Amino acid sequence: MQKIYLTIVLAPLIASLAAGLGGRIIGRTGAHVVTIAGVALSCVLSLYVLDKFLVDGMATYDAPVYTWLVSDGLHLGIGFYIDHLTAMMMVVVTFVSLMVHIYTVGYMHADPGYTRFFSYISLFTFAMLMLVMANNFMQLFFGWEAVGVISYLLIGFWYTRPTAIAANLKAFLVNRVGDFGFVLGIAAVLYYTGSLDYATVFAHATSFAGAEIHITPTITWSAITFTCLCLFVGAMGKSAQVPLHVWLPDSMEGPTPISALIHAATMVTAGIFMVARMSPLFELSETALSTVLIIGATTAFFMGLLGIVNNDIKRVIAYSTLSQLGYMTVALGVSAYGAGIFHLMTHAFFKALLFLAAGSVIEAMHHEQDMRRMGGLKKYLPITYWTCLVGALALIGFPGTSGFFSKDALIEAVGASHRLGSGYAYFAVVSGVFITALYTFRMFFMTFHGKERMDEETRHHLHESPRTITVPLVLLAIPAAAIGWFTIRPVLFGDFFSGSIHVLPANDVLAKLGEEFAGPVSFIGQAFLSLPIYLAGLGVLTAWLFFLEKPELADRAERSFHWLYEILVRKFGFDWFNNHVIVAGSRLLGGGLWKYGDEMLIDGAAVNGSARVVGWLSSVVRYAQSGYLYHYAFAMILGLASLLFWLLWRT
Amino acid sequence: MISLAQVLTLSGILFAIAVAGLFLNRKNIILLLMCIELMLLAVNFNFIAFSRFLGDINGQIFVFFILTVAAAEAAIGLAILVVLFRERRSIDVEDLDTLQG
Repeated sequence: MQKIYLTIVLAPLIASLAAGLGGRIIGRTGAHVVTIAGVALSCVLSLYVLDKFLVDGMATYDAPVYTWLVSDGLHLGIGFYIDHLTAMMMVVVTFVSLMVHIYTVGYMHADPGYTRFFSYISLFTFAMLMLVMANNFMQLFFGWEAVGVISYLLIGFWYTRPTAIAANLKAFLVNRVGDFGFVLGIAAVLYYTGSLDYATVFAHATSFAGAEIHITPTITWSAITFTCLCLFVGAMGKSAQVPLHVWLPDSMEGPTPISALIHAATMVTAGIFMVARMSPLFELSETALSTVLIIGATTAFFMGLLGIVNNDIKRVIAYSTLSQLGYMTVALGVSAYGAGIFHLMTHAFFKALLFLAAGSVIEAMHHEQDMRRMGGLKKYLPITYWTCLVGALALIGFPGTSGFFSKDALIEAVGASHRLGSGYAYFAVVSGVFITALYTFRMFFMTFHGKERMDEETRHHLHESPRTITVPLVLLAIPAAAIGWFTIRPVLFGDFFSGSIHVLPANDVLAKLGEEFAGPVSFIGQAFLSLPIYLAGLGVLTAWLFFLEKPELADRAERSFHWLYEILVRKFGFDWFNNHVIVAGSRLLGGGLWKYGDEMLIDGAAVNGSARVVGWLSSVVRYAQSGYLYHYAFAMILGLASLLFWLLWRT
Repeated sequence: MISLAQVLTLSGILFAIAVAGLFLNRKNIILLLMCIELMLLAVNFNFIAFSRFLGDINGQIFVFFILTVAAAEAAIGLAILVVLFRERRSIDVEDLDTLQG
């Protein structure tokens, strides 16, 4: 099997190198052929691996491939840890990546950076696969950073735009904050377990739980809580949780295919995946899980609100991504890791679909992203319209779609939990359903229905996107619509994750739900007895009323709730706070250190000061240098005599 | 019979004269060289005296070495001196103060 795993990882890497380094030789067609072939190979093999797990019941694979270095008992290397969780992630990553590759052929056809783009996204696939297939923290961290770098490169893909450069810098810097926590977490894991291999670390988990950190003789922290919180800070950065979410909306400066691949379906879910992978550790710390829960709930609710006031089609979906990532985090927080990962999977499909549909709209509108200048696109873009509708329905949790199963199960799991903060989280996720429906269909109606607000020239050129764009849309729409039906039972309530996710029996809310689960059909039936589905309907209705039927109502609401609108437009002031407090504070600190620490102390006192002292000393000593030989000889004799005298006098 | 102390006193006096010559002489570099030679001779005297009174022949061997080296040194010193004179048209000690700081 090792050969297969290696092929899965290396095929995109080799394709990326071929397209990136040999792009001039193989040309544009060659670049997309080779990268699509690489990713397709990975995708097929990933499906084969998943099939092996599902049908043949293959055991978990955990083996090193290559030893990088051994130092003082610390073993760093590359290895694969393949179980159900990994296999599922591999399929999601490679499948979405393949769709995005194909889509890119149509979307980027006129871009001068065509081969570069293919090289990047293939490289991203490689890095993401390294991340999910890792069997140790080192490799996880490698993948983690590699996807971060490629995200940086791709956000700034159009590097002549100042906004894109600002956005990629912001993404990079904010992620540094998260990575700082992540590295600390990894260091703590190494310190307390003496190993970075998953298997060893998880085997030591219980002894880990008893360890304590003595901050002062009286204050002690639980080591596991500290470690988990540090690791979660890393997840917050990568998965864009409040307050480290600020980079994700700005990352929409990048080309749409990568918004779909990196900033919706795969990379941003790395944090969720990581926490689920670390479930044996997180399970041991109630405090850490409560923190996860509260931060996730805050993200889910408040970031959804921002989607309602944004007019940029991609940014609306970006805020929706933030909100959905919050949902997944909430699921992790209540120990329903399976539900979080399940939502991750369905979300990957329907959110990638929505992004690609938005990209199709943007392409048709000649790179216009403002929804106020769209409207009535339904008749011009029929395929995009229908696939986008599927994605939107899945996002709001329309009964029967994939998003419905994952989100409904997730909400019920939160309701069944008794963890500290679960009440708040339940409120957040349930009201989040209404908000989700509202902003999703606001976007949908403003784009595809209503008056045609674009100018004549654009309208004249409107046409459905080429087949390379529509085929991925259709292929993504199928799992987005249907995958929930046959996966909910094994993934959520079966033993699909029993080998990879570890939940303490007392925390196992999914098992509690599983007792009442009687198949997807009755699951839909039960949903009609609970609140979320009606809230979703209400949200759609509100969106229809406010943004399609009577737009003046929306204007009036905007005026009468002006303060609220203002807060939302200012995104709760996170950017303001970061710019005026954190950035300004750092600049002040840096300026102070530069002026007083560097220029005055180091340059002034230490470097130039010592030189000045030597200079002064020399100017005194030079008087002794008369230049006459007999003076020097005299000094020598005098010295010799005094030395002799001292020797004699001593004895 | 001459005693060891008398010989050492002689060599001490020779050394002192040489040192005094070094400091008192303000004119001529040749004199400086001669004073240094005198110092070496004073040291040689010590060697010979100790060799004689301790019955160790090594001291006298050392004297031969020192004499050889001193001869070589004098030759080099004088050669430098000639070059110096060609360069500066003077061997006056007072003029040679380029080492001044």
